[in-house]
Amino acid sequence: MIEIFRNPNYNFIGNRRWAYLLSGLITLVGLVSLFTQGLRYDIDFTGGTLVQVRFEKIPTVAAIRHALSRIGMGESIIQEFGSTNEFIIRAPLTSTSSEELTKKVEKALGDEPELGKSEIRRVEFVGPQVGKELQWQAIYAVLFGLVGILLYIALRFDLKGGVAAVVAVFHDVIVCLGALSLAHREFSLPVLAALLTIIGYSVNDTIVAYDRLRENRGKTSARGRPFALQMNDAVNQTLSRTILTALTVFFSTAILLFFGGKTLEDFAFVLFVGVITGTYSTTYVAAALVVDWTLYVEGRVGTRKKAVAKGGEARKIT
Amino acid sequence: MPRNLRTRAAIVLVVLIISLWYLYPPKHSINLGLDLQGGIHLVLGVETDKHVASQTDRAAEDFKAALERRGIAARRVARDGLASFVVELASPQSWNDALTVAGEFQTFDRSNEDQAAGRFTMTMQSRVVTRLRDDAVRQGVETIRNRVDQFGVAEPTITRQGTDRILIQLPGVQDPERAKALIGKTALLEFKLVDDRADAEAAVQGRVPDGDELLYQRRVDKQTKAERKIPYVVNKRTLLTGAELTRAEVNADPNSPGNWQVGIEFTANGARIFGEITEQNVGRHLAIVLDGVLQSAPRINERIPGGRAVITGQFTVDDARDLAIVLRAGALPAPVTVLEERTVGPSLGADSIRQGMIAIAASAAAVVVFMLIYYRLSGLIADVALILNLIILLACMAAFGATLTLPGIAGIALTIGMAVDTNILIFERIREEMRVGKTPRAAIDAGFSRALRTIIDTHLTVMVTAAILYNFGTGPVKGFAVSLFVGLAASLFTAYFFTRLLFDVVYMGRRRVETISI
Repeated sequence: MIEIFRNPNYNFIGNRRWAYLLSGLITLVGLVSLFTQGLRYDIDFTGGTLVQVRFEKIPTVAAIRHALSRIGMGESIIQEFGSTNEFIIRAPLTSTSSEELTKKVEKALGDEPELGKSEIRRVEFVGPQVGKELQWQAIYAVLFGLVGILLYIALRFDLKGGVAAVVAVFHDVIVCLGALSLAHREFSLPVLAALLTIIGYSVNDTIVAYDRLRENRGKTSARGRPFALQMNDAVNQTLSRTILTALTVFFSTAILLFFGGKTLEDFAFVLFVGVITGTYSTTYVAAALVVDWTLYVEGRVGTRKKAVAKGGEARKIT
Repeated sequence: MPRNLRTRAAIVLVVLIISLWYLYPPKHSINLGLDLQGGIHLVLGVETDKHVASQTDRAAEDFKAALERRGIAARRVARDGLASFVVELASPQSWNDALTVAGEFQTFDRSNEDQAAGRFTMTMQSRVVTRLRDDAVRQGVETIRNRVDQFGVAEPTITRQGTDRILIQLPGVQDPERAKALIGKTALLEFKLVDDRADAEAAVQGRVPDGDELLYQRRVDKQTKAERKIPYVVNKRTLLTGAELTRAEVNADPNSPGNWQVGIEFTANGARIFGEITEQNVGRHLAIVLDGVLQSAPRINERIPGGRAVITGQFTVDDARDLAIVLRAGALPAPVTVLEERTVGPSLGADSIRQGMIAIAASAAAVVVFMLIYYRLSGLIADVALILNLIILLACMAAFGATLTLPGIAGIALTIGMAVDTNILIFERIREEMRVGKTPRAAIDAGFSRALRTIIDTHLTVMVTAAILYNFGTGPVKGFAVSLFVGLAASLFTAYFFTRLLFDVVYMGRRRVETISI
């Protein structure tokens, strides 16, 4: 039998103050990047036209720009996409229709002798109205998803668990968006799907820990054991499962990231980052917050005697 | 959980058979999204305001004509705003007569009356405005569908989206530019004579007489939705086009109660030509052809003056309305604008699906191998369960007619992840129970029953999220939500019935179980 852990007993919850510091730092870096560099939205959300062209010969960006400048599109964003002879040209919203624009681009590229033959492989046009709608729908989808999670956990477990789980998920979303911003990747519809996947994954992980805690609390052996230790037990008992699942998902997304091609790349990137932060946040955000919240409540409303006893023990492990 | 092994085995077998039935044949069972197979995705916005305005203009003209017929002089009858027009009489003395005329316009309400000035406003009733907007979009969809059918796209999707949008998806189109041009083209309505002497069956075989052409009439069976094509041989020469048509309306057939008919009306010039045609061809059939598709071929009974005609038949109100729609569809009732367009060339679609599929298959294979090495026989059970899970998921998508897109694949990836997690949860729990000294059978029992509680909670939470995403998201997000929701349901099913079933078959049947291969 291969085993990675045999009866693990690490002090996860005891080290939560350091973890808060780490979470705070990472979130801060993410937020700073989001506010200074911002997110690069794909035309799905901004509106505009995107044309993907494959050239027979390897062209230079300058040659493409020169060709486009003759039809007044010299300011377009030109990016290599996937391979050296494949490029994406992005133009902001204009009054010309996407059809005309595509024709103009096709002609301009054809007229540039240096570029050789080219093939238009993809055209995407998103009108301003649709872009705005998609933007709002993305925000609504994430927010209502979080509310749904909060309600479900609050009903099945308790309110503290629900709030802490949502904070953990929110933390994961910020970290993923921050990573996206730092890595200069684009926020597109597939990336949104990846973000939603991570929300699902993170909550799944959190619930496994909560469930174990609830089960343990029903046992007689748990009676009198400080809450922080009970939570730590639950995390340790589910540790092998957590690590195994995280590694499986991690390697699957790594394969997608490195071999999935350009269309899956941004999507896989978010999953890649999300699996790490989602696993981390279960213990160090969700579980840790529940512990601190519970200790705070016990310290305030508990009888004096109880408070002294529990507080004393809690201090020992913190 | 049903204790009886046979009952559980039967349930699993039934689900498996139904799933395989939906998945066969594999090529046609699941629709690939445009991002995967190439094609055009268009969202058109219909400017329904313009349709309402033009109908109001027309009503204003009719009103003016009606006043003239009664000898009432009007200073001005003109549209004012979107759905109303102002009437200014030359003299207040004809007020009462004008009100009688206004009474004939039952879809309009009178307001802002100023008898001294001889002025009032006629405003279209809001339910009529709503119907007009609705008609504008319906007609747009109808026109575009006809055009796309003529173009010959395998499985086009042309549907209404929201109140004033048309979603057009043309998968696998090799020449997107041509398809787009066709959608943007004006529809053509033609009147031609049916060649009654020609043999339609011979024409279908390719023997079309000189100066004639073969056209088809499409009939859709209301019950079965099956489409029939009826061949007609008609003269090539076009006698009259839709450019000369001013309206087509549904009215009750006065001669046979319960049946409906379509009244059409020509312009003055069209009426003159129509009169001549009907005079010269009494007894023959006049083919009404739209975009090369024969709509109906009524018999000409007598010369028809005045440029009005009715098309009768066994029409229900919907039949007649549909016919009137295609007649009016000569041109799009209101201009359309492209709100969203995604064109993926077939080569790119093939590239992205190949590369994506290889990567997904590789990651799935890695998971399968890992489970096998780490959990041995139990890992094999988990792998079989995983495959069953995928079969059920894909079958459900085929049954719902869902489209598999890139975000949809993301949903499947998460599903696989959670299905694997389900097995890991169960197995780790069984190992734990054995560590505290339980016998293998007791450990399996305890492991399953404890792990299942967790599994139900994790699955339900994510399913709640998926349901919310489905309700708030559009296309791609919806696709993700569907595959996620269905996949999790399948994962719950396999964990609850199938994995346990295999364990029972392997370990519970024997008299003594010393160890578990886990």
